[in-house]
Amino acid sequence: MSDTGIGARMLRKEDHRFITGKGRYTDDINLPGQAVGYFLRSPHAHAEIKKIDIKKAEKAPGVLCVLTGEDAAADNIGGVICGWMIHSKDGSPMKAGPHPVLAQGKVRHVGDQVAVVVARTTAQAKAAAEMINVTYKVLDANVDPVASQKRGAPKVHDVASRNTVFEWEIGDKDATDAAFSSAAHITTLDLVNNRLAPNAMEPRAAIGSYDEGDDHYTLYTTSQNPHVARLVISAFVGLAPEHKLRVIAPDVGGGFGSKIFIYAEEVVCLWASRRAGGVPVKWVSDRSEAFLTDANGRDHVTKAELAIDKDGKVTGLRAKTIANMGAYLSTFASSVPTYLYATLLSGQYNIPSIYAEVDAVYTNTSPVDAYRGAGRPEAAYVVERLMETAARELGVDPAEFRAKNFITTFPHQTPVIMCYDAGDFKASQNKAMEMIDYAGFEKRKAASARKGKLRGIGFSNYIEACGIAPSAAVGSLGAGVGLWESAEVRVNPVGTVEILTGSHSHGQGHETTFAQLVSDRLGIPADQVAIIHGDTDKVQFGMGTYGSRSGAVGMTAISKALDKIEAKAKKVAAHVMEAAESDVEFKDGSFSVKGTDKKMAFGEVALSAYVAHKFPTSEIEPGLKEGAFHDPTNFTFPAGCHICELEVDADTGVTEIVDWVAVDDFGNIINPMIVEGQVHGGIAQGIGQALTESVVYDEGGQLLTGSYMDYCMPRADNLPSFRLAFTKTECPSNPLGIKGCGEAGAIAAPAAVMNALTNALGVKDVAMPATPQNVWNAMAHLREAAE
Amino acid sequence: MYEFEYHRPSKLADAVKLIKSKKEGKLMSGGMTLIPTMKQRLASPSDVIDLSGLGNAGVSVMKTKVTIKAGTTHAEVATDAALKKAVPALAALAGMIGDPHVRHRGTIGGSVANADPAADYPAALLALNAKVVTDTRTIDADKFFKSLFETALRTNEIIKQIEFEIPARSAYSKFPNPASRYAMVGVFVADFAKKGVRVGVTGAKGSAYREKAMEKALSADFSADAIAGIKIKADDMNADIHASAEYRAHLVGVMAKRAVAAAK
Amino acid sequence: MPAISMTVNGEKVCGEVEGRTLLVEFIRGNLGKTGTHVGCDTSQCGACVVHVDGKAIKSCTALAIACDGATVNTVEGLARDGKLHPMQEAFREHHGLQCGFCTPGMIMAAIDIVKRKGKKLKEETIREELEGNICRCTGYHNIVKAIQAGAAKM
Repeated sequence: MSDTGIGARMLRKEDHRFITGKGRYTDDINLPGQAVGYFLRSPHAHAEIKKIDIKKAEKAPGVLCVLTGEDAAADNIGGVICGWMIHSKDGSPMKAGPHPVLAQGKVRHVGDQVAVVVARTTAQAKAAAEMINVTYKVLDANVDPVASQKRGAPKVHDVASRNTVFEWEIGDKDATDAAFSSAAHITTLDLVNNRLAPNAMEPRAAIGSYDEGDDHYTLYTTSQNPHVARLVISAFVGLAPEHKLRVIAPDVGGGFGSKIFIYAEEVVCLWASRRAGGVPVKWVSDRSEAFLTDANGRDHVTKAELAIDKDGKVTGLRAKTIANMGAYLSTFASSVPTYLYATLLSGQYNIPSIYAEVDAVYTNTSPVDAYRGAGRPEAAYVVERLMETAARELGVDPAEFRAKNFITTFPHQTPVIMCYDAGDFKASQNKAMEMIDYAGFEKRKAASARKGKLRGIGFSNYIEACGIAPSAAVGSLGAGVGLWESAEVRVNPVGTVEILTGSHSHGQGHETTFAQLVSDRLGIPADQVAIIHGDTDKVQFGMGTYGSRSGAVGMTAISKALDKIEAKAKKVAAHVMEAAESDVEFKDGSFSVKGTDKKMAFGEVALSAYVAHKFPTSEIEPGLKEGAFHDPTNFTFPAGCHICELEVDADTGVTEIVDWVAVDDFGNIINPMIVEGQVHGGIAQGIGQALTESVVYDEGGQLLTGSYMDYCMPRADNLPSFRLAFTKTECPSNPLGIKGCGEAGAIAAPAAVMNALTNALGVKDVAMPATPQNVWNAMAHLREAAE
Repeated sequence: MYEFEYHRPSKLADAVKLIKSKKEGKLMSGGMTLIPTMKQRLASPSDVIDLSGLGNAGVSVMKTKVTIKAGTTHAEVATDAALKKAVPALAALAGMIGDPHVRHRGTIGGSVANADPAADYPAALLALNAKVVTDTRTIDADKFFKSLFETALRTNEIIKQIEFEIPARSAYSKFPNPASRYAMVGVFVADFAKKGVRVGVTGAKGSAYREKAMEKALSADFSADAIAGIKIKADDMNADIHASAEYRAHLVGVMAKRAVAAAK
Repeated sequence: MPAISMTVNGEKVCGEVEGRTLLVEFIRGNLGKTGTHVGCDTSQCGACVVHVDGKAIKSCTALAIACDGATVNTVEGLARDGKLHPMQEAFREHHGLQCGFCTPGMIMAAIDIVKRKGKKLKEETIREELEGNICRCTGYHNIVKAIQAGAAKM
């Protein structure tokens, strides 16, 4: 292994600019003559707009224009869309209500955008926005997802009766019911998967710029997938055709899903630039605005049941979930509580029958869409809480109970679409148990008790479907796009390489790992490789980064393009060295002719390809540049075992995580340092969900957690150091054997924490987040017993 | 933020003159509350009079008494060597306010004048029987904190310093709000030996207050056991998404016991 | 508009500001030093931390005009003669950053911790001292390691 090849802990190439303050995020970009866009937002959760009076605001100092939904309609600016069609069990299509870029007739959540003011400065824009007079007829708000389907609940969209987007199902109901009727034991849990705010540290931002001379638009935006943004803004919003729109996502400060989606503000900045006569319009969200408008994650209410036979084998799983979609269907919202969720309800276990129903509902809250893990954390939470609870109810060791039900042969077809292609669940569990010293837990628990602390241990044996995803598969399930990835390899005459990728890095370190792949394949140092991404004018097309797909799908596309480069270079080398192509071998960065001492370095071949003086041009074209699209044949299935140990302060309800072991199987790993970082971050977000984070609305739909004063982000002192290890089964569906690692921690962690906490307290469930107050409330039985 | 005129006087008398002459003037010390409030456009002063130019900072520890000038930052209080020896609890309290960056700018005078119900200092001032010295008079802590963000300060009155007698022992026990890190409940216990024990509580109610039943019990027997049986009523406790009134009442008891056990 | 001047990263700078101009707005807008970031509006995230007269503060919660005459250091001023500051180097070596957005504030906060608490830092101390800096990517694991290592080399 070289210092910069596959498997090396190579330091990140992108770091220099970030540690020296030279990163280039959207808000760092200022275009000449740029003005500021400021959005007037609804203070009400649900109201009819009777009248918007902008006269005074239009005349305010510095104001270039004030635009409302009426203007958008007049200019034929379409709404933003949801790109995944889900059908209800009765065959009817989901009920997607309109999502105009500026409210038309009605506002549906606090923060809904009502008007935009374009002015010279932020202060002028804010001052003018205060002069806009909106007459609202306030309506009752529908906030509770469980109550939203009840008769008489305020209706969010006319198209959705009972506020129901769809009533979807998966699995074999009859077979599952039969498993439950013949079960020796049934475990039941009522679970709430709390609503989370993604909180990438860089708030969303956009600069729209219209060039009148060329009738061309440029959008700088905080996006995880600029090409998809361009596609949606062109094909659905109808603002400009794709060849007239360039979308640039420069350095992006974290995404976690929230920057996949195409938001109204991006569209409005572009459109407003045109309306303002070509003045670039910049909008930067502040954090309070982000809490109101970034798509949230999770928000499920689930009744889950597990059927177990007399031998302790799981025979069936049943789940009924209500998924809160918020006020509008965000870009991929419908796929999250359906195909990204219920298809993982088999977990790591051989469960012969599964049946799940999911009702997606509208409420007067901000939209809910994919957030790190997207559906899979919710599934892992259901399965792992059920498994742990069942083991406790049966009086058997949770690890043994899991092991008894593990899937051990592959491929394994689950009853819910997924076909697991590889894995060794026992190996990761064994390793994790050894690392945490599972056998020594009782001793540690006793030591904690002597300090007045309640100690608990909890497992989470998660599996996820990543590398999203085979286009044919997602197409058959309702996706509006294919989920392949593209790559282009440009070899320069001096042998340096530029990789153009449709993946987008917003913290994942692609500039490093992708360069490692190239270094490994071409035998050149990684610093001779540049990774170019995030600009639709440079990269022809791409599907972006989410769903732990950039390794398995994006790098495979690069690998395929490198295959073509190697083939072409061999041709060139053969010609120059006057040998048969079949006699040319490529190894460690040089081409040699079998049985001779003839040899050419990669750079020499590259130069020859461009010099091309004596090429038989009918056989060899000059140049060395190749592209590839890769469409995977299956999802990938990272899996592992996380074990959490924690202590609860019985007097205050404060939970402290005292040890964390994570053993993950990600298949082959390009850069262990980066992969470990991804796992750390994922676990932290999962612990955040379990212990500290929750988006809370009051009954009237006002957001109670609208800033870091009330939304509790995990901080350094909330978290322990994590102990990590890896086991490996190679992924058979891509040539690199990679499974993906970006979401694992966030998927695994919540169940591990809550299993440990319920173990410590001796209770069946504690609501997430298990804040000190919630834990203290959950300990009432202990206090009563003591009295 | 709305626009305002900024002033940075170097003499107290000038500051007084300025604040009196401006219709909607606002005094600023560290600005740790005022600036965020103005950023949210929740305050729109015509003039901001920045007191940081007065040079009115410093802790002086005398034989029986401590004086802390109003412009002393939390960081300075937290790290003052003499104070750490004389009243370690107060230095520790200052070290728990906000975060290191906020502590570099936020001041005791600003915090006391703002009287946030979840601020830390008010608990200490009550327990230490401190006096708030202004440009015109001296106010007992007991009479200073009136209610939510309301103090005995008159319009245009400027705090000069805080003074208190050094207790025999004291401690501050804080249960921070998990999100904001303000005090969800903070209890400051000060034992003045023959003069009795005082217990200041912050975060729990609309304003910091003294828990007199505990003071009585602790004056007789300064031990955690002495207050173990005291039931704190939840009736007028704050309630929010982070803590119900009952939970806060419970925490007052727990924090008080921990403070007593830790007092030195 | 009042004119102010200050020494930023060793360079004398001046500019006109309104009373309400925040220090971070002056640094990013007037001076074009965009390494200092804004991640929240309630003084909690710490992405905007800079040093004013040698002390770490949140530049989103300080008026530029109040810093008239001050010495200000931002992340851009740490590297000297092309050589990275040991804390910058440590963040790179220990993979203490992912998206990079919180990083300048983290590094400035870290250097301030060392100034106050010394070069030998316990993990627990670092975690406590990072109360005013939020990172969403790293889970803090490698940030803590980086600060420990960077401190030792300062």
